[in-house]
Amino acid sequence: MTANEAKETQMAETKTMDRLASIAAGEIVETRIHPELAEEESILDISDFNLWYGEKQALFDVSMTLPRGKVTALIGPSGCGKSTLLRSVNRMNDLIDTVRIDGSMNLGEGNIYGPGVDVIELRRRMGMVFQKSNPFPMSIFDNVTYPLQINGERNKSVLRDVCEKALRGAALWDEVSDRLQESALGMSGGQQQRLCIARAIAAEPEVLLMDEPCSALDPIATTRVEELILSLRGEYTVLIVTHNMQQASRVSDYTAFMYLGQVLEYGPTARMFTNPLLQETEDYITGRFG
Amino acid sequence: MSRIRANTATALLARGEPMVWLSGGGLVVALLMVAGLVGFVFWQGLTTFWPGPVLQIQTRDGNVVLGEVTRQESFRPEPGMAELQEKSAARALKEELAGGAGRLERRLIRTGNYELTGEHFQWVEQFRIPMGGQTTPPWALVLERTAWGRFYGELVAYVVDDSILSTDSESAWALFRKNHDGAEDPLPEGHALRLRISTGVTHDVPLQDIVRAYAPNQLGLGGKIGVYFGRWFEFLTAEPREANSEGGVWPALFGTVIMTLGMTILVVPFGVMAALYLREYAQGGLMISMVRIAINNLAGVPSIVFGVFGLGFFSYIIGGSIDAIFFADKLPNPTFGTGGIMWASLTLALMTLPVVIVTTEEALAAVPNSMREGSYACGASKWQTIWRVVLPRSLPGIMTGAILAMARGAGEVAPLMLVGAVKLAPELPVDGVFPFVHPERSFMHLGFHIFDLGFQSQNSEAAKPMVFTTTMLLMGIILFLNGAAIYFRSHLTRKFTGSKF
Ligand SMILES: Nc1ncnc2c1ncn2[C@@H]1O[C@H](COP(=O)(O)OP(=O)(O)OP(=O)(O)O)[C@@H](O)[C@H]1O
Ligand SMILES: [Mg+2]
Repeated sequence: MTANEAKETQMAETKTMDRLASIAAGEIVETRIHPELAEEESILDISDFNLWYGEKQALFDVSMTLPRGKVTALIGPSGCGKSTLLRSVNRMNDLIDTVRIDGSMNLGEGNIYGPGVDVIELRRRMGMVFQKSNPFPMSIFDNVTYPLQINGERNKSVLRDVCEKALRGAALWDEVSDRLQESALGMSGGQQQRLCIARAIAAEPEVLLMDEPCSALDPIATTRVEELILSLRGEYTVLIVTHNMQQASRVSDYTAFMYLGQVLEYGPTARMFTNPLLQETEDYITGRFG
Repeated sequence: MSRIRANTATALLARGEPMVWLSGGGLVVALLMVAGLVGFVFWQGLTTFWPGPVLQIQTRDGNVVLGEVTRQESFRPEPGMAELQEKSAARALKEELAGGAGRLERRLIRTGNYELTGEHFQWVEQFRIPMGGQTTPPWALVLERTAWGRFYGELVAYVVDDSILSTDSESAWALFRKNHDGAEDPLPEGHALRLRISTGVTHDVPLQDIVRAYAPNQLGLGGKIGVYFGRWFEFLTAEPREANSEGGVWPALFGTVIMTLGMTILVVPFGVMAALYLREYAQGGLMISMVRIAINNLAGVPSIVFGVFGLGFFSYIIGGSIDAIFFADKLPNPTFGTGGIMWASLTLALMTLPVVIVTTEEALAAVPNSMREGSYACGASKWQTIWRVVLPRSLPGIMTGAILAMARGAGEVAPLMLVGAVKLAPELPVDGVFPFVHPERSFMHLGFHIFDLGFQSQNSEAAKPMVFTTTMLLMGIILFLNGAAIYFRSHLTRKFTGSKF
């Protein structure tokens, strides 16, 4: 490295540090959106979305579109609001009394936060996998078919087919096919997480929201889940939060980089990982901060 | 030096050893108290029905006492006691006094034959008994009768309408066995056992008055065991006799179980619904805090107050209204407008409500929020989430509340005295008469039975052993009900948490 190059890097770093500091101080920056996204058909339109937990603001003017049938990854340092954004999509934040929002999210034509929206109906159109697995205190079979059962589906053969399909999708079928009637709480942690994935895809949702689905899984199960996500591409729209950069690059078509409640950059994963528009994105992806 | 010692002390504290000993000691004290109480009750309760020998005691002054020893004690005699005795007795008394540090031994003999002597029991001091004054006559019989308590006497003959059918005790006994134990109801009329009582005269006891007769001095171990279990069987299945001091406790046993189950069935749904509202629906705030405080205070209200409330509100107001509308033809005799098993169950349900609410609330709070979120994320409504996820998950905790309520309710006596528990109930609350369940009927309760035996009985010496057996039975029932509930709960827990693979 020549002295000149070294000096350039250093200068760039100082510049980044300055920008990060000013964001931390409250500056709202424009999201850098790559032009490729304009060509995609969008399924979810988020515009100027703000969210407060009580007095504390967690999301700042988030504007982005989710391309239909594509996998989008949300990356960013811990506490930057990835889960918050994900939970806003199916209005899980409604369950927290202190949450206040501003701005809009449109799923297809309708505003998710519009007046008179049937939240239950909305959530039925989405599947969600949580950061921590949360199987219900019932049999494996009932867990997987829960979204259909609460929707009034009683036909045993339909439920059985759905159960098998979902469990196969979550790479769990071979392990549990002979004990579907046993309690789900007796499974191992990784199995429980895959069960939750099976539950989320059982009702064939339009949008699948995944919050670090692989954080409790071993490498083999992780590979299986990644294969699952890849196989869902095209049919489903997936929004996935991950801390694992390799995973993001393996499974996602698009990646959004979040920092302190703002989306700084959003573009095709390949571009984001090799040639991002922002120095901050590169620094985060290469592990220089975060 | 002192520094080092101080360090050792801190190290000891740090290791927690003193706390281990302290908490362990607390446990031991608690266990000893429980074991002492339970052991005492069980020992007394289990030995009550064991048949002891019948003693015939001829005292120095020529009196004869025939009966069973109930208990023994040493006492300090009045100063002038020796002067009142005739010579040989006075000498024995002084010897015993000298040897026993101023105390004398005496035994309480159950002599029975109340209609002849006016006493059930008699104290016999040890010094009054000369050498060889105590015998066990082989044909001394114990008769348990339908009235007047026990009868003790030596079997002389078997009489039918004043003519003697037997020539000796043995054949009289054989006839008795044939005509009493072997006979079907009703027992033959005019038949009687002729017994020689302690004063030497004979007395005829009609067969129809006799519940059980046995000659304890001839009984082998097998025979004694037979009498023992026979009495247990009678205790558990028969109606009480003799102002509850003899016979069985079946109505009280039945009443206790039905009342407790009724209470549980009433209190659990209400308690769970209240807790659900407080925990899942209510938004918090001052009002809810006040409701919680009120519920907790309800747990501290003396139970008799619940009894007064139950009598005033359930019996008189609600029951009175029911009577006025549906049973007007029977007035002024109340049907529902007085104590009854339904009102008792309701009263105790009210009393145990706080227990169920508080434990259920805790169980609901212990359900992880992530489970609720998972359910909502699947598109479940609030009620679906509660019904399918939250309630199943908290069921073991709710069962715990039900168990606690049951234990508290089954052992409660004071409020029951006001709302329907009676000394002697003529009919069971559930029987074969249409409509089979009679919630308006008064009932007998083991707890009240204990109180009645121990403190209201005229023949308290005879009733005392029954207090222990009844207490033991009540404890047994509570243990059984709790055991069943705990088994059910662990079954549920296993079902929900699954086996580890
Ligand atoms: N229920 C809540 N009440 C108040 N503040 C909250 C709540 N949940 C999250 N926050 C705050 O909102 C911010 C964003 O949290 P969020 O959970 O979305 O972060 P994240 O990006 O998912 O982090 P991680 O990668 O660690 O999961 C954090 O500063 C957090 O403290
Ligand atoms: Mg998160």
